Amino acid sequence: MMECRDIVKTYVTGEIETQVLKRVSFTIRDGEFVAIMGPSGSGKSTLMHILGCLDVPTQGSYLLDGRDVAQLNDDELADIRNRKIGFVFQSFNLLPRASVLRNVMLPLVYAGNDPGTRSGLAESALRASAFPEQFWRHKPNQLSGGMMQRVAIARALVNNPSLVLADEPTGNLDSVTGEAVLATFQRLHSEQGRTIVLITHEPYVAEHAGRIIHIRDGQIADDHEVRQRRLVRNAGI
Amino acid sequence: MKLRDLLLETNSALTANKARSGLTILGIVIGIASVIAMVSIGAGTQSTIESNIEGLGSNLLTVLPGVQQAGRAFVSAGRGSAQTLTNDDAEALRSVSGVAAVSPEVSRRYQISATTGNNTNSNVMGAVPAYAAVHNVAVAMGTFITEQSQRSLGRVAVLGPTVSEDLFGEGVDPLGKTIRINRINFKVIGMLQTKGGSGFSNPDDMVFVPLSSMQKLLAGSDYVSSIAMTSEQKDLMASVQAEASALLTMRHRVATPDFSIISQADILGTLSQVMTAFTVFLASIAGISLVVGGIGIMNMMLTAVTERTREIGLRMALGAKRREVAAQFLAESIALTFIGGAVGIGLGWVIARLVSRLGSIATRVSPESVALAFGVAAAIGIVFGYYPARRAAKLNPIEALRHE
Repeated sequence: MMECRDIVKTYVTGEIETQVLKRVSFTIRDGEFVAIMGPSGSGKSTLMHILGCLDVPTQGSYLLDGRDVAQLNDDELADIRNRKIGFVFQSFNLLPRASVLRNVMLPLVYAGNDPGTRSGLAESALRASAFPEQFWRHKPNQLSGGMMQRVAIARALVNNPSLVLADEPTGNLDSVTGEAVLATFQRLHSEQGRTIVLITHEPYVAEHAGRIIHIRDGQIADDHEVRQRRLVRNAGI
Repeated sequence: MKLRDLLLETNSALTANKARSGLTILGIVIGIASVIAMVSIGAGTQSTIESNIEGLGSNLLTVLPGVQQAGRAFVSAGRGSAQTLTNDDAEALRSVSGVAAVSPEVSRRYQISATTGNNTNSNVMGAVPAYAAVHNVAVAMGTFITEQSQRSLGRVAVLGPTVSEDLFGEGVDPLGKTIRINRINFKVIGMLQTKGGSGFSNPDDMVFVPLSSMQKLLAGSDYVSSIAMTSEQKDLMASVQAEASALLTMRHRVATPDFSIISQADILGTLSQVMTAFTVFLASIAGISLVVGGIGIMNMMLTAVTERTREIGLRMALGAKRREVAAQFLAESIALTFIGGAVGIGLGWVIARLVSRLGSIATRVSPESVALAFGVAAAIGIVFGYYPARRAAKLNPIEALRHE
């Protein structure tokens, strides 16, 4: 469960103060699939950084599973990112030197799991994101964009986080592979009950979620359930 | 993050750009190798000189006329410039307790010629039989100066091997032949074994005649240039030196000594000091290249941090703590210096061996110099890796993730 209460984020550049988020409040319950939508400069990236515990709000509080993140230090934030949040980035951000399996294991390295547990968890995460087994030992640069994004999804799931945070996950993909990635998210949501927060500027992508929060000029413009939800039929190729 | 993972990450990061890692390591290799080589050459030279000085005779004390100047370890006034020591002084020194042997000596340079027509300018030493024991010289053939020839003003000579070779040619037996020193004929009765130069007095290039003959026939005075003596035991040296000094001061009826007594330990100490300074000097020049190598590491690590900014951001997003990011980069720089250090020690050892073989300078690679070089390498890894590692750890994860 994520709870944002009157979140304000102000950036200071030189002597100019810019208020990026202006008293934003909302709650995301466990098991929800939410899309956060807005044009660039609306503050959605800043909101994502705060939800992902990469940044802390200037004012207000952000409670992740009942814990106020604003009061935590760097090490505690790192720990929360490691255990409770799984990130999926627009540009995949895979380590080019490491194999697929090693990439997926990376969060477990920082969690301090022993190697035996790690490979077991990594393998089941890869299966859950429908990544074919014959490519497990390949390097990321030998894979297609859609495959890379599925490795990234597996990496986000490997720690069994309470929140999967996807920042424009289809932005670098063509429509067919983008669709497949969205299908994977829908399956993770419906079959495994994951909480998924999707950040996007495309209405079409946002409509795959169960709820859309519109952000404009640092404030919530609209927050509604999706009535006619887009469902991807052939769930992931 | 476990140590095993740290090593794995380090390995994959360093092998990702082998040429760059290799060149950076090369900088450390050159630095460490030159430190090892320089220190071993210094240490080898030092031990050669020390063993040469010990070869002059063990537990040796030398009484010289003239006063030692303040602040200097050696007498610089020429030997014989002050003539205060006599045969009687030498005789009296025998009574000092703890003295094993006393050898009064007179030495001068003379032109020496042989009947073959060859001639050489060499040191002629007036010696007593005790000289052989005091200075560790042994005859290869014939005999040394005997008591009998000493008493009878014998015109006999014992040649050093170099002199023998100069006068009679290599491999020729000089025994029974006649040489002329200062136009006086001497009969050769013995030849010494080769001993090797020591830098101060080379017994190979000397001619020995009885002390009495030297004083009466050649030098024409009853003074001696020096008196060498040995103590029975090493720990008696100090007491022998003090007692001998008191005795001679009393005999000469002077308030302050008009002579000086130098022990072998003094010479050795001074030379060791000089050689240590020399070794430190060589090592510090080599150390400069080590510092340059360290800067190379820092340069490479700073480049790596910039190149891998996105990766650092990603690792932070996935839960890496700042100190874990720092540890990763520090591990890389330490790995570079460790590999460089190990290869450098090997290379330094090879250089030291080559110098021994080709340059005839003795070298010695001591475990201390290896430990020192390794310690310095590790320190360089930490010192020069610290700044880049800290820079990596201080990155803002959001900005790092956005970095192009």
